[in-house]
Amino acid sequence: MAETKAPAQRPLSPHLQIYRPMLTMMMSIVHRITGAALYFGTMIVAWWLLAAAAGQNAYGVFEGFATSWVGRVLLFGYTWALLHHMLGGIRHFVWDLGYGFGPEEREWLVRANLVGSVTLTVLLWLCFAMFGMR
Amino acid sequence: MTMRTPLARVRGFGSARSGTEHFWRQRLTAIANALLTLGGVILMISLTGRTYPGVRQILGSPLIAVLMLLFVLSITVHMKIGMQVIIEDYVHEEKQKLTLLVLNTFYAVAIGLACAYAILKLSFGV
Repeated sequence: MAETKAPAQRPLSPHLQIYRPMLTMMMSIVHRITGAALYFGTMIVAWWLLAAAAGQNAYGVFEGFATSWVGRVLLFGYTWALLHHMLGGIRHFVWDLGYGFGPEEREWLVRANLVGSVTLTVLLWLCFAMFGMR
Repeated sequence: MTMRTPLARVRGFGSARSGTEHFWRQRLTAIANALLTLGGVILMISLTGRTYPGVRQILGSPLIAVLMLLFVLSITVHMKIGMQVIIEDYVHEEKQKLTLLVLNTFYAVAIGLACAYAILKLSFGV
């Protein structure tokens, strides 16, 4: 039968208290955090699609949200999280294939991930701004 | 010889769920997601600045609809498995864990189905 009480509180060896935060460590948890953020952000995608399917009025409501400053901030964050998580996934894939474990390689990968995601997000939103002016 | 209780094996939760099924499925959906996201970004750019009728027409076209259905399927599976791992990593109290795991599955299926419904409705033109 499954244990229904919480497990006994035993002392844990210190980890967060003693390890110096390295970029690779931070990016690992950020990969998980962006994943979780995208999980909830999928609601925005679902709203957009349902609004488009429902009709002009519903879509107008969504457009109102998407062009408001709250909406723009959320969508900007969502696109950054998406690109960052995607590049992080590619990083994991490189590791799965057995490459990129050396000390310089993993630092390079992590920086490429961060620089790439910020650059691509900015480029993407520049495209949105340009195409939005038609 | 497995050392798990029968209940643990049936539930399939915990760090060693069932061989490499989750590992592989996460990688498979990740590859699909990466490719489809590329397409999705191009789609988003092409939709910018269009009015509602234009958006509706593009989203309803067969190729776009099929690609979007594939995208919804892939991200739904990927996010469900991913969140499952997060829950199992941090929640250890039995009742809380089971509740969250059930809610996770319900959320993923509901979001996926809602998106698929919208895409089909758009492409069938109803």
